[in-house]
Amino acid sequence: MVIELMNKMETMTGAKALMTAMEKEGVKQVFGIPGGANLPMYDEFARCNIRHILARHEQSAAHMADGFGRVSRKPGVCFATSGPGATNILTGLATAQADSAPMVAVTGQVPVAMIGRDAFQESDIIGMSNPVVKYAFQPRTAGEVPGAVRKGFYIARTGRPGPVLIDIPKDVQQNEAEMEFPDEFKIQGYHPWADPDIVACERAIDMLLNSEKPIILSGGGTIISSAFAELQSIAETLMLPVVTTFKGKGSFPENHPLSLGPIGMHGHAEANKMMTEADCVLAIGTRFSDRSVGTFEAFEKRLKIIHLDVDPAEIGKNQTAQVAVVGDVKASLRIMIKLLLQRAIKKTEESTWIKHVKETKAYWKENLKIHPGEMGAAKILRKLRELLPPESIITTEVGQHQMWASLFYDVIQPGTFFSSTGLGTMGWGFPASIGAKVARPDVPVVDIAGDGSFAMTENSLATAVLEDIPVIVFILNNYSLGMVAQWQRTFYDRRMIGVDQQNCPDYVKLAESYGAQGIRAQSMDELHKAIKTALSSDVATVIDIPIDPVEDVLPFVAPGTSLADMVLPS
Amino acid sequence: MWAIISLLVENKTGILFKVTNLFRSRNFNIDSISVGVTENPAYSRMTITTNSDEKRVTQIVKQLEKMIDTVDVKHLDEHKTVYRELCLFMIKISKASDSMDINKIATAYGGKVHDVKKESIMVELTATPHQIQAFEELIQPFGIIDVARTGVTALQRSGS
Repeated sequence: MVIELMNKMETMTGAKALMTAMEKEGVKQVFGIPGGANLPMYDEFARCNIRHILARHEQSAAHMADGFGRVSRKPGVCFATSGPGATNILTGLATAQADSAPMVAVTGQVPVAMIGRDAFQESDIIGMSNPVVKYAFQPRTAGEVPGAVRKGFYIARTGRPGPVLIDIPKDVQQNEAEMEFPDEFKIQGYHPWADPDIVACERAIDMLLNSEKPIILSGGGTIISSAFAELQSIAETLMLPVVTTFKGKGSFPENHPLSLGPIGMHGHAEANKMMTEADCVLAIGTRFSDRSVGTFEAFEKRLKIIHLDVDPAEIGKNQTAQVAVVGDVKASLRIMIKLLLQRAIKKTEESTWIKHVKETKAYWKENLKIHPGEMGAAKILRKLRELLPPESIITTEVGQHQMWASLFYDVIQPGTFFSSTGLGTMGWGFPASIGAKVARPDVPVVDIAGDGSFAMTENSLATAVLEDIPVIVFILNNYSLGMVAQWQRTFYDRRMIGVDQQNCPDYVKLAESYGAQGIRAQSMDELHKAIKTALSSDVATVIDIPIDPVEDVLPFVAPGTSLADMVLPS
Repeated sequence: MWAIISLLVENKTGILFKVTNLFRSRNFNIDSISVGVTENPAYSRMTITTNSDEKRVTQIVKQLEKMIDTVDVKHLDEHKTVYRELCLFMIKISKASDSMDINKIATAYGGKVHDVKKESIMVELTATPHQIQAFEELIQPFGIIDVARTGVTALQRSGS
């Protein structure tokens, strides 16, 4: 550790040091819930410039911090007390870890002398959280607090971002110490960014140029590193079609002629078709999840893979790459662009492949069958797209509506679409939309929801109303756990077990009871008006849209099969 | 393949838990593990042996490198490494000649004899796991009462 002292030493409590260190990190707000073991740090809100936003469940506080972090690309912060407060954030930590979202969670802990004695509201959160955090700190003396905060924020936002836990025993919060606030520091075993290998970048270009049917697969890494312009430049220079993973949805403008949309279990038909025909893939910031590529073997057998990723452990984990470039994908793409410029390569003539890609895209635009009813999912989401400004931010819940959003809501401005894609956490979208709105109060933020998923964290309406965070919840309400119902219809001979939610609760009345605005939209006309009303409203709005309870999400690649086995709507 | 992985880690509370938990959660196996502080008390060295295919061993090493508490991670080439394990065997003595026979085998393997009793004898052996297995097979007929093994510890030869 190399530490230079910027400030002169000052005596203060651990709790005060926590808030001071967070202010130095630029933290403007904390999402959380107080309790016995974190009261000393809560008391400091009275004496600092950090806003506290009260959640109604610690899991939601964690998702709010996560949503804030993904949108602002700075760690979002949540506070929870010890014991159940801490265990309640575990799902939030796991969600952030699965989707590489920057986040710092601060939990209270029982006093040091009580640890390990099964004290009231004691939980071994360090042990429990281990597999779902990027790193965890438990300062045992007050003097360790500033260093834990400094390093915690650094670890959370650098390299492949992720959640960091800081668990602070109550007496450590209360005790006074001479505090040093380190400015420069080094963590010996942590190397967040490697310099991309130029030779590998050369080989990547050669491989793309020597392939007949090259394609780009853009993942979440492109969004995390904001490599939108670089991706577009490579795609246009080499005239490559672009598919994305679901996490990478919207890393490339979905109205671009080269865009094919997401691949995967519920990928776009044209994206899955072209992915199965391609002979070489430039994969950017993706872990090749099973939901994206189907069966691993079928995928890597056919393809030459060029893999760009910031995390060396992703290279070769799920797919074997012929060329791998480790480093921030933005930096790697910039090197490739520079090499292309040096070699004066710019494709101007459409290859047979790209013509075929465009024909396929046009075909599916015309011929993909959608629900014939007025209130089919495709029509509802296209209406939303039509009325939302391009800079609007979307979060989604998890379920059928999420996959319909992937299929039918085109992201125009890159980096405006966020979803719990890795862990698939129902209840994520609504609190995450609150965090997103705090990060970007200037743009509309919409949580595309289903009734099942929204029900899991609906009490965040209290936060949205009382803290004046006017988000829009857009519920495609099929009165059931729709995705599970679809699987029961498809794989379990239509035995419908445990999926019927009925009209309970009434989401319009529920919204109103929280002081939010509730609107039910039963026709396209009503939906149009409802979206307009919500957009011009300064209070959180829930739009409840009843849909056909038996509408399936199609296309569908069944689990354990390959993208070539895609089932299309008939 | 059998692999020896050597880790230099920060000598802090909870690191052993994190390393073993990584193996568990990523579905890797640990054959043996040995840990001890290094000449610099800020670090500990862990030696882990595992059985897996090459792709998975590479993945284990990468996941261990990714851990923030690990300073250095090496997949050791066993031909360029000195690796040993200490093993204690409590062996049954049934007839008068057993003690002499066991003693002979132990000497051949560079072992030491301790705690010679009328009904049992203890042998200490420091060797490679392969040699220990061979020794074990030879003494099996006498009857093994108890075994304790430390797990492999290893250091790369200089210049390799």
